[in-house]
Amino acid sequence: MRFVDEYRDADTARALAARITALCEPGRAYKFMEVCGGHTHTIYKHGIEDYLPEAVTLVHGPGCPVCVIPMGRVDDAIHIAAQPDVIMTSFGDMMRVPGGKGSFLDAKARGADIRMVYSPLDALKIAKQNPSKRVVFMAIGFETTAPSTAMTVLRAKADGVDNFSVFCNHVTIIPAIKAILDSPDLRLDAFIGPGHVSTVIGCRPYRFIARDYGKPIVVAGFEPLDVLQSVHQILTQLAQRRCEVENQYARVVPWDGNPKALAAINEVMELRPHFEWRGLGFISQSALRVSAKYARYDAERIFQIPGGRVADPTSCQCGEVLKGVLKPWECKVFGTACTPETPIGTCMVSSEGACAAYYNFGRFSRERVKEATRQ
Amino acid sequence: MTGDTGLEEQVLERIERARRRKARVREEYITLAHGAGGKATHTLIEGVFLEAFRNPLLEPLEDGAVIDEMAFTTDSFVVTPLFFPGGDIGDLAVNGTVNDLAMCGARPRYLSAGFILEEGFPIAHLRRIAASMATAAQAAGVQIVTGDTKVVERGKADGCYVVTAGVGTLDRPTRLSAAAARPGDAVIVSGPIGEHGITIMLARGELDIQADLTSDTAPLNELTARLLDACDDGEVRCLRDATRGGVATVLNEIAEASKAAIVVNEDIIPVRPDVRGACELLGIDPLYVACEGRMVAIVSQASAETALTALHSHPLGHEAAVVGRVNDDPPGLVLLKTAFGGTRIVDLLVGDPLPRIC
Repeated sequence: MRFVDEYRDADTARALAARITALCEPGRAYKFMEVCGGHTHTIYKHGIEDYLPEAVTLVHGPGCPVCVIPMGRVDDAIHIAAQPDVIMTSFGDMMRVPGGKGSFLDAKARGADIRMVYSPLDALKIAKQNPSKRVVFMAIGFETTAPSTAMTVLRAKADGVDNFSVFCNHVTIIPAIKAILDSPDLRLDAFIGPGHVSTVIGCRPYRFIARDYGKPIVVAGFEPLDVLQSVHQILTQLAQRRCEVENQYARVVPWDGNPKALAAINEVMELRPHFEWRGLGFISQSALRVSAKYARYDAERIFQIPGGRVADPTSCQCGEVLKGVLKPWECKVFGTACTPETPIGTCMVSSEGACAAYYNFGRFSRERVKEATRQ
Repeated sequence: MTGDTGLEEQVLERIERARRRKARVREEYITLAHGAGGKATHTLIEGVFLEAFRNPLLEPLEDGAVIDEMAFTTDSFVVTPLFFPGGDIGDLAVNGTVNDLAMCGARPRYLSAGFILEEGFPIAHLRRIAASMATAAQAAGVQIVTGDTKVVERGKADGCYVVTAGVGTLDRPTRLSAAAARPGDAVIVSGPIGEHGITIMLARGELDIQADLTSDTAPLNELTARLLDACDDGEVRCLRDATRGGVATVLNEIAEASKAAIVVNEDIIPVRPDVRGACELLGIDPLYVACEGRMVAIVSQASAETALTALHSHPLGHEAAVVGRVNDDPPGLVLLKTAFGGTRIVDLLVGDPLPRIC
């Protein structure tokens, strides 16, 4: 398949892996964080770690949209879904995320009308088809998905649809990276930057990482060779004592991002003073809400929202996993009390979550897997 | 990757022990995940039905029960839309039960058909479904000899549900079982995977993706007969049609029942470009997508070539391929050598494969 297979070529990978190994300084251990859950998924799905030398560890970061949704917001959304004549719509990933009182899937089983959509425009279509219903879109994700939510609100306005609103949970990536960099218990050598977010925000916002924290960051694509190449670029920077923002994903990511998408976000949304992140706590100016100008499309203004804060279960160490302090298997409840069937933490829900990816794809001794797969 | 591999191994052992614990249904209500064929379905079957009905014929949880020289099975069909490219609920209902019997190594003989119809359902549609059931039954060499009809009020069903049951005769001494895979055996897939599941997703019209795909729904009894005739008794260990949960789920069931590892090669598993493309766009893995006319066969290493030749001689098996093998370690696990050259686990999903958002 064109545009896919050329980025998954095993021969190229072997050659690249040899160059990566050659760049590692003897006796030095490297820790790189892939910020984006899409990368975590790619790393496990394709078995990229098999190509990396022992000295290089990939740490899975907070860029999984559903993983950072706090339990209280899930409960709020379920509360909205339980109101009369409401159709709640959501991306598939969100369906199993546990709140304090169960997930969307559970609420749906109890009778709430919750429908899976592939795009916010599908939610708008449902609103047009059901004029007597109030259709709410559970908006989640980073700057990757925020423009499509904003564009849908603009479309709703243009089309005069007044039974559509957005429960906005969009978050922004930069404050989360900064929170991680400021976290005292973490030692990272560099970042693999999020590819899809960067198609919107561009590469400039990452400059503080190199300038103020002295860490290289390479914005990377989502095919396995993209990830390997970005590891190579990081190691090259480290070997040459450089720290810069580099764009490995230039075939998709413009250096300045997508001005139209950013304009749509700025038109419809504004920064919240602070927002709670699952496991990371409150981070100031880290999330978006629908601005007053578009109040009639803002579910938070239309519905009475309980707004309760639900403390993460004490046994759950999602925060440490999201910051990369703990590996998934180092969490106290990983794989025993917390599994994909009965997730305690959000990292175990989405296939982009570090815990779910590790549990589903990597949960076994590398040595035994290598032995078993040897021809 | 780190120096603490000893500790990691201990944790992983603990997890494996946790996984072997008896399944318990924790939910208070049925959710859609319980019907998806993955872990939630298994937990429900073991925690509710097996608990209540436990008997030696049911316990192996094969595609059908084998009673003396006879195989017996049942299946229900609730597909939306009722008519889709390549088939409809009618031929699906016949082929599904025919295939479950064929997977037991039986010659399918007689079927029953139950219809749950919604008030207001067009008779013309019912005629169309009945006609395609008749055609499918004829193609598979079975007769529909008994049935039942119920009508429910508008809104209580999705137009039409069909339930079929079937009996078949076991003409050969070979007894097939998911527990019969042995280290060294070859893992065969009978054709390109995932076409039915992707066709249905696209036919629902929610995705705005166009692809030239039709369902793979087909009766597999001729194919299995050809395979079993070609191989010596006992050389074919297990047959499973890869319906709900796809090939990945079937492989997990076999690995679990046989207490063996299954290692498959991603780049040999046949997947049509349209299916692969749709899966790439949706962020789902074709290994988990349902087929209605494809099967997994576990065959002894010595008979693998014979088996492949037999499968290739039939139109439904001409793209069959040996995609992997059975290993002794790690027991109960399915491992994938990725096309990229890495390795990973292929686990059971909890519910349906959900499209990823970005």
